[in-house]
Amino acid sequence: MNTQKLVGVGVFLIAVFGIVPWLISVTGRWDFYYTLTSVALLSIASAGVWLTFYIGRINIGQGAYALAGGYVSAILTTQAGFSFWATLPLAGLFCAGLSILIGLPILRLRGVYFAMVTLVLTEVGRLAALALPVTNGAKGITSIPLPGELSIFGLTLIPDFATLENPKLAFYLVAAFLMVICYAALYRIVNSRLGHLCRSLQQNEELSASIGVNTAYLRVLAYSISSFFGGIAGAMFVAISQSIYPSSFQVTDSVNFMLNCFLGGLGYVFGPMLGTLMLYFGWDLLFTAGRFQLLIYSSLLIILMLFLPNGVLSLFERKGGRK
Amino acid sequence: MTPILQVKGVTKRFGGLTANNDISFDVAEREILSVIGPNGAGKSTLFKLIASFLRTTSGEVLLKGRRISNLAPHKVARLGVVRTFQETTIFRSMTVRENIIVAHHLRSKASLLGFFLGTKQARSDEAEFGASADEIIDFLGMGAIRDEFASNLPQGHLRALGMAIGLATNPTVLLLDEPFAGMNHDETMRMVANVRRLRDERGVTVLLVEHDMPAVMKISDRIVVINFGEKIAEGTPAEIQANEKVIEAYLGSEDAAIGM
Repeated sequence: MNTQKLVGVGVFLIAVFGIVPWLISVTGRWDFYYTLTSVALLSIASAGVWLTFYIGRINIGQGAYALAGGYVSAILTTQAGFSFWATLPLAGLFCAGLSILIGLPILRLRGVYFAMVTLVLTEVGRLAALALPVTNGAKGITSIPLPGELSIFGLTLIPDFATLENPKLAFYLVAAFLMVICYAALYRIVNSRLGHLCRSLQQNEELSASIGVNTAYLRVLAYSISSFFGGIAGAMFVAISQSIYPSSFQVTDSVNFMLNCFLGGLGYVFGPMLGTLMLYFGWDLLFTAGRFQLLIYSSLLIILMLFLPNGVLSLFERKGGRK
Repeated sequence: MTPILQVKGVTKRFGGLTANNDISFDVAEREILSVIGPNGAGKSTLFKLIASFLRTTSGEVLLKGRRISNLAPHKVARLGVVRTFQETTIFRSMTVRENIIVAHHLRSKASLLGFFLGTKQARSDEAEFGASADEIIDFLGMGAIRDEFASNLPQGHLRALGMAIGLATNPTVLLLDEPFAGMNHDETMRMVANVRRLRDERGVTVLLVEHDMPAVMKISDRIVVINFGEKIAEGTPAEIQANEKVIEAYLGSEDAAIGM
């Protein structure tokens, strides 16, 4: 990693963990914590979708895994007495396992066929949550306790959220921390051999197989990592809203995860993060437009995709040369 | 002459169409063998069967006596039989060097997790791949286009890149699908020399499908001729040129095409 990148990472971390909380406490806009926490979590789920794009698959099914992750966490905390912090990785692992089972057959599909199947997946998730007894149907699971204390060998890493006077800040910090970890992992994947092989899959699966890449294994691996991200994002969301319903993550959310990737740029690891931020704030800013909100919003998206097919981050590339 | 690759009674049917019918021949170690035949004769199907991209209807392909037909393609590649493609199949949005480095996959000793964590083995693998890629680039005289994106390359270079990708896997048997197609005379001659050096300097056995008859006659130790999915002749270039069945298959203006 060169110094320029290190400085960039440093500035980003200071902005996220220092400047943002400081600005919010100065301006008193505490509601921004919720917004930014959402952005952080949504961008984790979007990062997963981005990874499936990276192996050449259009994934419109991330909502299903976010929902599954949310339910796993909710059920384990309310019915089995698990600590939320234990359910967070478990939700991710559950989704990764689930996605291996689902991915094995459907990852053989390509292009629009894969996209169609994943689109249906979100709807299947919603209907399953409605029908299963363990998810409590349409009533969902409510009054989920706030995350408790996380300590290792008597050392308190994270205090009990219920005792905090400002749980919003705590949620923001945890979500931002998770986001940083996930994107660091994603960056590492993309810039290691694993990423090169993913790109080889994206560009030509047949050739990949002929140079000895186990394409089926690699596709499932990438998809399960992607779903892991979806699962932990969903679980974290549930902890914040303290409730989950079959409609907590819907087809619209799945589509948004994909749009975040498109908007930020499919060629850039940090594309989905930027895309999520822009889409989320863009939508909120257009609130003043009243009933024209959706019309303006979607027109803007179409224009962006027409003129910046490689995402917003491609704007910077022309100036600075290839990254 | 010990056969390294044996094709034994290979048959492939697509529904009612028989693309390959009971084809048998042996390939000796360090041999350059060409498969020729008119359009639609079933040459490419045969290649796909050998590299196990298609399943045989009956018959089998043996590598050093071990059956490789109907294994997964990546396993066949692992055993040393690697196919390059008829279409200019490359990784388009990677540079020449990146293409070749990725193709070193089979040589990696570190696991994918190792690469993710950047272990010592992974780093030494990466360094080795880079060095080996540079060596292949020099070997094929592609130094000038090392960092060019593959999507910007002209036909001739693409074919060379295809071969470089095949070479990076360290194959025992390399299957070249129309390596000279779309090349001018000079490029073809350079490529012919490269294929020879592959065999002479790296000990690779080469099997190729090609339409460019002068090149085939020049390069091949032996030739197998296929027509309507059946093998009609096998022999040295001189024998093939004199074979009546072959002349008949290439009737008319094709007399000139097989170099007579």
